Amino acid sequence: MTRRLVAYADRLSAHPGERLKFMVNSMGSEDYRADIVRLRCGDLDPNGPGFKETIVESPVAGSCKGRRQEIKAGSCAIIDDDPRLAALTSFTLAAYIWPTTPDRDRQAIIGKWCDIQRRGFALAIDEGEATLLLGDEKGQVDRIGSGTALHPRQWYFVAATFDADTGIARLIQRPLDPMLGGPIDVARLAATGRIDGDNGVPLSMAAFLAKGTRPIARYNGKIDRPRLASAALDDAAIEALAGANVPQPLRDVVLGAWDFGDGIRTDRFRDRSDARLDGRLLNLPARGMKGHNWDGSAHDWKAAPEQYGAVYFHEDDIYDAGWDVDFELEIPASMKSGVYCARLTQGEEIERVPFFVRPPKGRATADTLFLVPSCSYMAYANEISSMPSGGIEHGFGHVPAYGPEDLFLWTHPEYGLSFYDTHIDGSGVCYSSRLRPILNMRPGHTTAWVGIGGSTPWQFNADTHIVDWLEAKGIEYDVATDEDLHNEGIALLQRYKSVVTGSHPEYWSTPMHDALGAWISDGGRFAYLGANGFYWRVAFHDTLPGVIELRRCEDGVRDWEAESGEYYMSFTGEYGGLWRRNGRPPQSLVGVGFVAQGFDVSSFYEFQRDAADPRVAFIMQGIDPAERLGDFGSVGGGAAGLELDWVDAKLGTPWHTLRIASSLDHSNAILLVPEEINSATPAMSGRDNPNVRADVTFFETPGGGAVFSTGSISWAGSLAHNNYDNNVSRMTENVLRRFVDPTPFKMPEG
Amino acid sequence: MFRIDPRRLDLAAEFRANPVGIHSPELQAVLNVMRSLPLEQRYILIRRTPFREWVLAQFTGVRNEPPRIYHDKAFASPEEAEWAIFKLRWKHATGEELHEKDLP
Repeated sequence: MTRRLVAYADRLSAHPGERLKFMVNSMGSEDYRADIVRLRCGDLDPNGPGFKETIVESPVAGSCKGRRQEIKAGSCAIIDDDPRLAALTSFTLAAYIWPTTPDRDRQAIIGKWCDIQRRGFALAIDEGEATLLLGDEKGQVDRIGSGTALHPRQWYFVAATFDADTGIARLIQRPLDPMLGGPIDVARLAATGRIDGDNGVPLSMAAFLAKGTRPIARYNGKIDRPRLASAALDDAAIEALAGANVPQPLRDVVLGAWDFGDGIRTDRFRDRSDARLDGRLLNLPARGMKGHNWDGSAHDWKAAPEQYGAVYFHEDDIYDAGWDVDFELEIPASMKSGVYCARLTQGEEIERVPFFVRPPKGRATADTLFLVPSCSYMAYANEISSMPSGGIEHGFGHVPAYGPEDLFLWTHPEYGLSFYDTHIDGSGVCYSSRLRPILNMRPGHTTAWVGIGGSTPWQFNADTHIVDWLEAKGIEYDVATDEDLHNEGIALLQRYKSVVTGSHPEYWSTPMHDALGAWISDGGRFAYLGANGFYWRVAFHDTLPGVIELRRCEDGVRDWEAESGEYYMSFTGEYGGLWRRNGRPPQSLVGVGFVAQGFDVSSFYEFQRDAADPRVAFIMQGIDPAERLGDFGSVGGGAAGLELDWVDAKLGTPWHTLRIASSLDHSNAILLVPEEINSATPAMSGRDNPNVRADVTFFETPGGGAVFSTGSISWAGSLAHNNYDNNVSRMTENVLRRFVDPTPFKMPEG
Repeated sequence: MFRIDPRRLDLAAEFRANPVGIHSPELQAVLNVMRSLPLEQRYILIRRTPFREWVLAQFTGVRNEPPRIYHDKAFASPEEAEWAIFKLRWKHATGEELHEKDLP
């Protein structure tokens, strides 16, 4: 009950003529068969539309050679080898550190250490204390430890010196908080022969590199102001070395005075010494992090970079798995825009890697665009949050039920984590990349905590219910991803009359949000077929593809909480967190916004007075307003469930929004979200709080466009009920048919 | 802290009839207590065959350590699994066995 064949592609979407590269890890090393399939529905639930995929002819179809490929997780800083480093015999190493797991195995801070030869020198944490490691040409090793345990999550200044002339090694460990005791200073004759830096490995921080690429002795915690000098400095010089700038008298001996507060948006860092030994970061450690001197006076790293000189490293950071390519697919012109997978079969083991084929570049081949919420897929990538913590079973409303992907990820932390997870040291995961196998974005996958028995589709598979319904109704559609929207902006949307969302488009970058808002104002027709959308602000990186950033700031449903002073994103410098806290509540964009969530059963809607308004007659066509809306469905038995959005004029629901229907009778496990609770009360659930409800809404825009919102994630699970003949399906079809009619919508009189 | 009263078999019967969804306030209080057990005692399910078979398991409380899977405790529906776990938790909380035949 685990996985043996996993893969990823180098991109999520491609136009005809573009190439996708696929990277595969076959743990059994056996061969596998590759096929390309078009996916219509990825939900295995026998009560749903049924699993539907069709093989597409493709040159990649056939047998492929299986091989093992590994992920080398762990972030670190690297300064490429240099004759000046190799020539070192005497040295001083220093840094401010904030270790978070000092009790774990040996962890590198800074050094030039070859673990195979056991040769070189390094400042590290070993046996819970700051330690100088020395290894001579014969592999003879000496370790000089402070003898005093480091406390986790406390700042220390640590330094080590070695004088080749005297053979004296020295180690300093000084807590910045005097409550933790005074400085430790250990000096003695080293029990090694000649020490030098000529060991063929780079200078590295937060890990040593084995075989040039694999981080070992991985450190968890922050490093600030790492320093290197080519002499064993005395106390006064060491103190001066720890300053922000290189003191003039030391300029001749300082080989590295690295400033992590410079270049925070990048994966590079600068050396302020004359040596100019600039470096690079591997596997995206967190930047824009408070340094040892943060005093609470600044919260934005752009305003006070000198207080944000720390990089936060984690042993389980991963950016790009970097596997060798196993096969490539050039998207043929005959491949219609839609959802596809590379299907890899090895006996009973099947791995499907989804990708999204777009229409020919610069063109639309349909009136409707299905906007694939790929930022949300990335946010949830390889989520295991309910495993380390046991989750909040109170909020699930049932026992979580795990599958093979969960069990694989549980024992393979190197595959990386999601925005819902915490690192091994308990800090939040603020970067998530798609350049690794994402095992919960797979047809057939279900999510442990969603629905009894972990049997309800979530995200990707839930969204294929919408795809399946579009196909069933013969509504022509193109697909594009969030990332495409981020890169191309409003021009992408302007090619379409109507845009349809997935069930849970939660994560939005500023360019995405800007483009959508402008397009809606400009006459776009937008059908929001989900809930908890437009919620978190995320950022893409300026130069690194396929990775997004999130800071879980002061509000919202947060599986972890960003540290105070760390609310500004490193990729863009933007304030992170909820769009609601950034002046753009979801209500102001689409009429409704997040109000409650729970993962047991769904409910239904009742039509409201506004359903009789002539402005929504086209939506109500063929629907009896006396009926319950969506009192059925394969997701918890109703169209209103999992996560719910409601109207709120204070948060910007447009004045003329019509509330067509509202849900009711939600369960004990459907609970208000934190931003709706300024002070806790016992009345927080669907049983005792009337605010726990989803609203179906509609409004027109001055540009002749309109927005329809369903207010519920489980809406998609009701579309296929009764062979697609039901009031949820009919209402959705009424909306989408009208949305492609060019006749402008008219704003009501104010 | 609310204590589960082993005489309240009516609440067990209510759960048996409807393990997920709307519960009475008293059953909800029982579930809140049951769902607060320490991680290393927490029962979970493993989906052995999608939509067909679930087996009982338990977290060890150690991150990245696989859960203990009780392969002989298999269930054909999640409702059956929920009931089996409810009985285990009832025993843990009250010290008393819960027998289906005793339910009102």
